[in-house]
Amino acid sequence: MIDLTLLDQLPRVLMSLVLVLLAALISRWQQVDLEKQMLVAVARAFVQLTLIGYALNIIFAADNPLTILLILSVMTAIASYTSGQRGKGTPQAWRVAGLSITFGAALTLGLLVGLGVFDFTAQQIIPIAGMVIGNSMNVCSLVMRRMREEVNGRRLEIETALALGATGRQAARPYLKMALQSGMMPIVDSTKTVGLIQLPGAMTGMILAGASPMEAVQLQMIVMYMLIGAAALTGLAAAWLSYRQFLTPDHQLVEF
Amino acid sequence: MSDQLNGRPHFAIQNLSLSRQGKLVLQEISCHVASGEIVGLLGPSGSGKSSLLRCLNRLTPPPPQTIFLEGQDITGLDVLRLRRQVGMVFQRVALFPGTVADNIAYGPGLRGETVSSAEIERLLALADLPPELAGRDSQELSGGQAQRVALARSLATSPSAMLLDEPTSALDPAATRNVEATLLKLRQSLGLTILWVTHDPEQARRVADRVYLLVDGRIADEGEPEELLRADSQHLTALFAAGELGGRQT
Repeated sequence: MIDLTLLDQLPRVLMSLVLVLLAALISRWQQVDLEKQMLVAVARAFVQLTLIGYALNIIFAADNPLTILLILSVMTAIASYTSGQRGKGTPQAWRVAGLSITFGAALTLGLLVGLGVFDFTAQQIIPIAGMVIGNSMNVCSLVMRRMREEVNGRRLEIETALALGATGRQAARPYLKMALQSGMMPIVDSTKTVGLIQLPGAMTGMILAGASPMEAVQLQMIVMYMLIGAAALTGLAAAWLSYRQFLTPDHQLVEF
Repeated sequence: MSDQLNGRPHFAIQNLSLSRQGKLVLQEISCHVASGEIVGLLGPSGSGKSSLLRCLNRLTPPPPQTIFLEGQDITGLDVLRLRRQVGMVFQRVALFPGTVADNIAYGPGLRGETVSSAEIERLLALADLPPELAGRDSQELSGGQAQRVALARSLATSPSAMLLDEPTSALDPAATRNVEATLLKLRQSLGLTILWVTHDPEQARRVADRVYLLVDGRIADEGEPEELLRADSQHLTALFAAGELGGRQT
C-alpha cells in the first residue's frame, strides 16, 4: 500500500538531518539536555508528515466533497479542543472555542469558495483550511485568555458599572474591545510587515516548488487577507461568547 | 413581619439565607430599614456584611421572596431599574477613564441621556465638591475626592436609597469625618435611605440611627448604637467594639 516511489526526495531529507545532528551535538556540549526530545521530535515529524502526505495523496485523488467536509470537521474539532484547553478557566471553554472557530473558519472558507477565490477541491481547500483553522485557533486562544484576565483583574470596575445600572454588555465593553484587539493584533502586524522581514511559508514553498515569484506573491496576498478576515470573525465570536460566560442575563458578574 | 410592613420599611429582608461557593454566608437574616433611616451593618470581616449588601441591588442574586423594596420582591423587579433606584458605593473606588464630569454622567449616559453642566454642578455640590472639579481627570484625585465623585456618580440616577460598603475605610480620619458629614446632610436634603456597612463601631455610633451586628452570617444583635455600645451593656456589639468578638471567630 505504501508506495515508496512517492518518497523520491528521501536522500535530500536524510541529508538535512545533518543539521539535527549538529543541534544534538550543541545540546550535549552545552548540557542543554534536549537531545532525546530532539530525537523524538524529529522522528515524530517524519512519521506524521509522511502519513499526512500519503493521506493527502489519496484524498486529492478521490476529491470527494463529503471526504473534504469530514476532514475539515476533524481539523476544526482538534483546533477547538486545543484552544479549549488553553481557555481553561473560562466556563464552558471548549464550547466557546468550538463555536468561535467553527464560525470564523466556516464563514471565511465559505466566502472564499462563494466568491470564486478558491475551488471546492481537496487540493485547494484542505491546505487553505489548515491555515484558516490554525490561525483561528490561535486567535481564539488569545481572545479567551485576555477576556478572562481582564474580567478577573477588573471585577471592581465591572461591578461598579453594573451597580450604576449598566447591562453586562455595557460593563464588559471596554474589556471585550481589548480582548478582540489582542487576538487580531498579531495577524494585522504580520500583514503590515509581510515581505519586509520574512517571506511567509506559503510563498517560500511555492517559489521553492518552481512557481514564479508573482504567482507566489498573489497567492500570499489572498492568504494574508483571508487570515485577517478569519481572525476578526473568530475573535469577535470568541470575545462575545466568552463575555457571556462571565456575566449572567441578570447582569451579575459570575464568581469563578 | 406584620410589624415591619405596617412601618412601611424601605427595605424588608425576610429569612434570607445565602450560599456562595458551597459555603453558607448568610443564615436566616431578617431585618428592615425604614425610609430615610441610616442603618449600620457592623461585624467582623467575613461575617457576611458585604454579601448582604450585594443582595440588595442583586449584584449577588438573592433567593426570591426574601428581599422587598417598598413592599415589592426585588427578584421580580427589572434589575437595571432596581440598581438605578438603589445606588452603591464601594470601599475601593473605581473611577472610569475620562473627566470627573464623564464619570458623573456615566449612569444616565447608559440609557442615552445627557447630563447638563448645571446638573453636573448640582451633583458635585451634593457631594460637597467644587464645580471646577468637573473638568479634572478622574485619575488625578485624592482618595477623599475620588470617593465623593463616586458618590455624586451614584446620585446621578436619583436613587432613593444608597448601599455603602465601607466607603471610608480607605480614607484618613479627616476625610472620613468629612464624607460622613456629607452623607448625613444628604439624608436630610434628599431623604435618602442608607444602609452603611462598617467595621468601625465608633463610625456606627456617629452615623447610624440603628445598627445590626452580623456574626458568622447571622444577625447577632440589633438596636440603637448608643445602647448597644455602652461599655457596661451586655450586648454582643459592645464585646465586638472591645475587640473581644474576634477571638470567638477562629
